Amino acid sequence: MKVKLLTVFALAVGVSMLSLPLFAHHGNSAFDTGKRVTMKGTVTEWFWANPHCFLKFDVKDDSGNVAHWVAETTNGPDMIERGWSKRTFKAGDEITVTVEPVKNGKPVGRVLQVVLPNGQALGMAYLKR
Amino acid sequence: MRKSSLASMIVLVAVLIPSHLTRAQTARPQQSGTVNNQTPAPAAAPLPVDGWGRPVTPLVTGQKTAPAPRHDLSGIWEPANGPGDGIQPNGPKDMPDDGKPEHNPPYTPLGLQTLKTHKALFGQAAVLQALTTDPADTCDPLGLPRADLFQLRHTQFFQNERQVVILYQFEKRWRTIWTDGREFPKEIPESRWYGYSVGKWEDDHTLVVHTVGTMGDERAWLDNTGRPVSDAMRVEERFHRVDHDHLELTVTIDDPKMYTKPWVAMNKFPMKLQSPDYDVIEMMCIPSETEKYHKEYGDVASETVGK
Repeated sequence: MKVKLLTVFALAVGVSMLSLPLFAHHGNSAFDTGKRVTMKGTVTEWFWANPHCFLKFDVKDDSGNVAHWVAETTNGPDMIERGWSKRTFKAGDEITVTVEPVKNGKPVGRVLQVVLPNGQALGMAYLKR
Repeated sequence: MRKSSLASMIVLVAVLIPSHLTRAQTARPQQSGTVNNQTPAPAAAPLPVDGWGRPVTPLVTGQKTAPAPRHDLSGIWEPANGPGDGIQPNGPKDMPDDGKPEHNPPYTPLGLQTLKTHKALFGQAAVLQALTTDPADTCDPLGLPRADLFQLRHTQFFQNERQVVILYQFEKRWRTIWTDGREFPKEIPESRWYGYSVGKWEDDHTLVVHTVGTMGDERAWLDNTGRPVSDAMRVEERFHRVDHDHLELTVTIDDPKMYTKPWVAMNKFPMKLQSPDYDVIEMMCIPSETEKYHKEYGDVASETVGK
């Protein structure tokens, strides 16, 4: 199926180049460790919260079908230490997101990196002091 | 090359190359949105800020620091190796639940049995989000010693001639360590999440704190992997101020109901002094937000294939 979901690329390249954040609360068991999905989408909600934030965005394929993705980050205070903020996204923003998806095939994952509309890439590394 | 393939390649480059930069240079703006560097000027790189949104000024510059003041831990301390160093998702820094025999605490039979009843999200026996029994997952307090052994972040000390008060960033909790020479209560009035703490200066720069009377029920876990504690536990914390700007914390667990002998969970965890005008960012577990998180994310992520 040809989709705008750009590609699912895994393992060798992705593992070596994207650093994994520390998701301290909610475990690793659900995730397809090492797998990466990168896609373009439209932000529908940026839930800034404790103990975890999550980003909701819609991804449309060439047939017009829309997948409603939700991907978590760590909590708000922790994300500030990584250079993110409550105002990082607003509904309607066009972004490119890389996630580590869950194993069960649902459009769910955890955020590894986002490229904002202005071209800025935000990752999960902590800012250096 | 087909258009879609080209687009994929561009995004691959755009996503992966900056990831190196973000790791090495802390979230620098994207250097190249296209393969030929024809992008507009990059956005400004984010700077570390405190709770007031003010830029963080490093107090420690790598120069030799002044000697530690005598009997004084006052100040705001943060993990010296970065904010992530105190998170300890897989168990205490020096005793992670990673399957290595040397990291296995000396469980009693009761300790082992209790451990098996805990469904943790991390460690060798980790379960899915929806199946966990971790009390912290629904915002119960961490208590002691889990406050040291999970999410140890900015830690502020205030002290006077009678007491040392510690303010923890995570959960925005505080506790009192009595340094007025008192003994523990002959009979513990009631179990408390942070117990009853007394501290003595072992030397000019080392405060040794003992704590008893902590919670011993199922809502108290030692760490993120579900290791058990009982109401017979005695925790020792050694706060050693190495010099003016550096502190080390060592935590020893002595719980004869759960462990056959005392063991060191954290050994000389390094912390550094933060600027005195740093405003600690508020960080709490919020039940209503947790509920939304579980409903809209955690439960879906935990669904098994085919459900």
